[in-house]
Amino acid sequence: MAAGAELFSYLLRLGDDALILGQRLSELVGRAPEIEEEMALINISLDLIGQARLLLSYAGEVEGAGRDEDDLAYLRDVLDFRNHLLVELPNGDFAHTICRLFLVSAFKEQQYEALARSRDERLAAIAAKALKEVRYHVRHSGAWMVRLGDGTEESHARAQRALDALWMYTGELFTPDALDRAMAEAGVGPDVAALKPGWDERVNAVLREATLRRPEDGWMQSGGKDGRMHTEHLGHILAEMQFLRRAYPDATAW
Amino acid sequence: MPPHGSSTAGAELAPEVREAIWRALEEVYDPEIPNLSVVDLGIVRRVAADADGTPVVTITPTYTGCPATQVIALAVRAALDRAGFRHARLETALAPPWTTDWITERGRERLREAGIAPPLQSGGKERFGAPPEVPCPRCGSAETECIAEFGATACKALYRCRGCLEPFEYFKCL
Repeated sequence: MAAGAELFSYLLRLGDDALILGQRLSELVGRAPEIEEEMALINISLDLIGQARLLLSYAGEVEGAGRDEDDLAYLRDVLDFRNHLLVELPNGDFAHTICRLFLVSAFKEQQYEALARSRDERLAAIAAKALKEVRYHVRHSGAWMVRLGDGTEESHARAQRALDALWMYTGELFTPDALDRAMAEAGVGPDVAALKPGWDERVNAVLREATLRRPEDGWMQSGGKDGRMHTEHLGHILAEMQFLRRAYPDATAW
Repeated sequence: MPPHGSSTAGAELAPEVREAIWRALEEVYDPEIPNLSVVDLGIVRRVAADADGTPVVTITPTYTGCPATQVIALAVRAALDRAGFRHARLETALAPPWTTDWITERGRERLREAGIAPPLQSGGKERFGAPPEVPCPRCGSAETECIAEFGATACKALYRCRGCLEPFEYFKCL
C-alpha cells in the first residue's frame, strides 16, 4: 500500500482537479448564455465540488495532521495545489468553456474508470461514484462540441480557436511523473500514459462529428500536478474562493 | 457521522427492531421530491447490528454534490431518535454506488404522481448519444422532447410533452 505522504499528494491531485474546475464553472452563475445551460454548468460544478469534498476529506485523513476538506480547500496557497493546469485556465468565451470541460471530462472518464479498480478500496468507491457523474458531463459537453463545431461559421471558428489554445495543456494529463509511477506500482492509480488511447478515441470521434481539426501535438505545458509552476490564473481563483474563510478564520457557522 | 465505513456483520437484529426502524425510515421524505421516502428512493442500504448488537443504519448519497444529502441524514437521525432508537448509529457508504435501479416500484409511482417521469431502466448503461425517449407522466404520450439535460436538481432533466404541451421533469438514469 502507498505511503501516507505519497497517497496524500495523489489525493490532492484528484481533489484539486475537481475543486478548481468546479469553482471555475461556478463563475457562470448568472452569466451563462441561456438559463438551461446555466443550470447544466452549475449542476456539473456541483458534482465536481461533491467529488472534491470526498477526495479532500480522504486526503486530510491520510495526512493525519488534523486538516479537513475545508482547511485543504481554503487555507492552502498556490504552490500547494496539485491540479492539472488545464482546469485552472480562465473560462474564456462559451466555446472555450465547453471545450475545456469536454477535454477534462473525457480524461476524467478514463481516469475514474481505472481508479474504480484501485487497490485502495475507499478511492475505488469514490471513483465508481464519480464515474457515473462524469459520463454525463462527457455526453453534455461532447454534444455541445458537435453543435458548435458543426454549427455556424462563427461557432465553428470559436470552437477551433479554443481547441487550438487548450491543446498544449493536454500533454500534462498523460505524462507520468515519479508520483504517478509510484501509485501505479502500488496498484493505487493507473499508468496515466495508458489512459491516452481511450481518451483519443472519445475525443477523435467527437471532433470528427464536430468537423473540428485535431491540433498537432507540439510543445506541452506542465507544472500543475507536481506544483512546480502554476499559471498566474490560479492565484486569482484562490483569492475569490478563499476570501471569506480567510477574512473570518474563527467562524464556526456559515 | 463518519464519512465512510460499513458495519461488519455482528449480532442479529431482532426482527421487530429491524421492522420498527424500517417503518421509521419510511416516514423520512426526500426534501426535494414530495411523497418520496428515503426507502423508496433506495438510499437506505442496510439496517443491521454491529458486533455489540447496536442497530446501524447505512445510507448512500445519490449524487456526490447533492445538497439534500446532509438534510436527509439529519432527518434520518431525527426519525431514529423519535422512534426510540437514540443509540442507533448512522453510517454512510459510497460503494456500491447508488443507481436509479434501486428506486422501488412504489417510488416510481410516487414520482409519476408528483409529475416527474421515473427513470427508464436501467442505470449504468452507455450514455453517449441522443437523450432517451421518455413518456409524459401526465398524459402518457410518447411524443416528448428533451429541453435541457439538467434540471432544478442534480437528479433531473427537463422535458416537454408535444401531446398535452406540459413541461415535466425526468428523473435521470444513473
